[in-house]
Amino acid sequence: MSAEITKRDETAPVLDFGRAWDYAPAPEAADHVTVAPRQELFVDGRWRAPRSGKYFDTINPATEEKLAEIAEADERDVDEAVQAARRAYDKYWSKMRGSERAKYVFRIARAIQEKSRALAVVESMDGGKPIKESRDVDVPLAAAHFFYHAGWADKLDYAFQGRAWRALGVAGQIIPWNFPLLMAAWKLAPALACGNTVVLKPAETTPLTALMLARIVEEAELPPGVVNVVTGAGATGAAVAGHPGVDKVAFTGSTEVGRKIQRAVAGTKKKLTLELGGKAANVVFADAPIDQAIEGIVNGIYFNQGHVCCAGSRLLVEESVHDLVVRKLKDRIATLRVGDPLDKNTDVGAINSKMQLEKIKQLVAAGEEEGAERFTSPCPLPSRGYFFAPTFFTGVAQSSRIAREEIFGPVLSVLTFRTPEEAIEKANNTMYGLSAGIWTDKGAKIFWMAQRLKAGVVWGNTYNKFDPTSPFGGYKESGFGREGGRHGLHAYTELA
Amino acid sequence: MSTRRTTTTSDRAEAAMPTGESNALAHGQEQDGGGFDPTARVSVNKAYKMFVGGAFVRSESGRFFQVTGAPLEGSADPEVVNVPRGSRKDARDAVLAARNAADGWAARTAYNRGQILYRLAEVMESRREELCVALGRGGVGAEQAAREVEIAIDRAVYYAGFCDKFQALVASHNPVTGPHFGFSLPEPMGVVAVVAPERPALVGLVSTVLPVVAGGNTCVVVAGSEDPRTAVVWCECLATSDLPGGVVNVLTGQASEIAPHLAKHREVAAMDAWSGDADLRAAVEREGSGNVKRVKTHDGGEALRLLSDAGQGLGFIERHLETKTVWHPVGV
Repeated sequence: MSAEITKRDETAPVLDFGRAWDYAPAPEAADHVTVAPRQELFVDGRWRAPRSGKYFDTINPATEEKLAEIAEADERDVDEAVQAARRAYDKYWSKMRGSERAKYVFRIARAIQEKSRALAVVESMDGGKPIKESRDVDVPLAAAHFFYHAGWADKLDYAFQGRAWRALGVAGQIIPWNFPLLMAAWKLAPALACGNTVVLKPAETTPLTALMLARIVEEAELPPGVVNVVTGAGATGAAVAGHPGVDKVAFTGSTEVGRKIQRAVAGTKKKLTLELGGKAANVVFADAPIDQAIEGIVNGIYFNQGHVCCAGSRLLVEESVHDLVVRKLKDRIATLRVGDPLDKNTDVGAINSKMQLEKIKQLVAAGEEEGAERFTSPCPLPSRGYFFAPTFFTGVAQSSRIAREEIFGPVLSVLTFRTPEEAIEKANNTMYGLSAGIWTDKGAKIFWMAQRLKAGVVWGNTYNKFDPTSPFGGYKESGFGREGGRHGLHAYTELA
Repeated sequence: MSTRRTTTTSDRAEAAMPTGESNALAHGQEQDGGGFDPTARVSVNKAYKMFVGGAFVRSESGRFFQVTGAPLEGSADPEVVNVPRGSRKDARDAVLAARNAADGWAARTAYNRGQILYRLAEVMESRREELCVALGRGGVGAEQAAREVEIAIDRAVYYAGFCDKFQALVASHNPVTGPHFGFSLPEPMGVVAVVAPERPALVGLVSTVLPVVAGGNTCVVVAGSEDPRTAVVWCECLATSDLPGGVVNVLTGQASEIAPHLAKHREVAAMDAWSGDADLRAAVEREGSGNVKRVKTHDGGEALRLLSDAGQGLGFIERHLETKTVWHPVGV
């Protein structure tokens, strides 16, 4: 890279597409989807009202309009769900041959494919993610997870090198709002394939697709009680994790809540897996293919509005290409379309909730106060709904809050390094250890870096790739246990 | 000292000397009321110390506890010994030593780690008698002690041979959808804290510590307080086996006092606690949440299974491994 092009040339033309960049709206039709105005709990194979009679609203974060009211499960409902799951485990699921269990899980995979368009539309309406992501990533991957794990159900004797294994029993699973259907799939598919029954608690802001999944389970004619879905907020989740009849707790969410759950299950025999927060370093060397790296940086932090635990939220750039990368990044994010999640051209959708939007704004303000330089895309934002324009900070200190705390929004912190050793030092200087990215054309350097990064997933010259065959999970305070691949089966089995 | 049985120099001389000579030395002492023979050789007693950073150290606190051993024919060792009572600061020092040794140990080749563990087995074999005597002092019958030492040595050989094999058993190529090459590899977690079971004292220690270090981790272990002297003799094996200082650090004292500090320590990545004390197990699980520690606890019944073949296996190593998944595009 020659020196003159790494400097910002003041006379260089500024990217200005003018009106030529405007696209006509291309909304995904939603008229084929109906969301029942009131959504009940799915317990013991039946849909029923919560004992308390209480409901809460789920809204569309892009319009702030109410989509439906959702049953709020309390301890009594959770207790009934756990008991139903226990009965289903004892009576049916633990007695069924793996080959037959597999066929039920395959049925679920197929039904997700059949209903994929409706699931994608509801996912984007309830959670705010762009339809092209829910359509091309979330829903197909959810189906793939069921398809993959179904095949394990009758092959588990091979999975652990001949060691004897057994199912755990009842799994209590608590999932987040960033990938509502996909996280339900990550949890349910391995649990069911390994012969466990489930009580699933979706996030309170995004319960709709998990309830659609419960409908699929019902239509796939799984025995009653094998899958139970209890909706609610933190108290419902605490009731699931704390229920003495639960043998296994699986949680995906913040490190703060993960710690509380770990404390709560201490002294019980419950098996626990946690998939928690992250503050991933995305490391760009001067010898990287810079244009590809820019795409990877954008995908790393602006995918799903940055609501991604493994988001590449700390960009570490080799000093000699810092200015070049920053210039290209400014140009690139100015082209990102922010707006209607149902529009097929939208790159960045709505922030999931008002609360999350406030948290992002607060951390961005902290970044400004701490002296980092802010760049925000000048893109127009819709007048209604929760939106935040793609933003990054340069001149960020390692001690800064925006370099240490998980923002969980479309906000990137840019830091620099001079040597690979310094890149490793800075990349690992965090309590988290979920993921990392490396951009360089040198193969040996990728492996050198990959060996030293303390992260559960390392992407070389790519970012944010997921697959059911590929174990995913964290080092350090990003949690423990893996999801996906043969490794993920450990979370739902006990070995002799 | 009230529990101490009166020990005379003649007892010691008899124990230390071949039978014929000791009879000669002991001869004529019956008339001596105190039982002291001013002409007998006085044995040199061992000071029992903890093993931290490759050195034998006392507790920084200066505290000790006394361990009374079973009377044992043929042992020069006194029946009552003073053993350091490890403190919170000792635990922190041991974690620091383990942390400092971690990168170097992880960076050694698997082959080299295997050779070092095999060397440990050789040293243990050459100290069989001493380990047997220590177990005997700890109350284990001679036949059982001999068996336990054999199991312990064989277990060291077992893990020596596992050092360069478990990777192939737990790694995977991930057949992802799309033009990417993906694989998952095991890596050590870093510093692992172990609360060793009280019984079996030697096999318990060996079976819980060796899989941790075979996996490339370094270790801080709290030895059982019922028979810490066997643990100290084992440390002498470690010290003479090419194991780098700090890879295994052995604290003596009360697990109930030390273990919660290890559970709270943020540099400790994982903890494996073997204890019959349910409150201690719960405390370790609770305090471990501070840094989302990987905690596994086992009760006393589980510890007894360590004497069988169920006491070794891939699972013991796998428990202290992280999985790192790597993706790279494929293309021209």
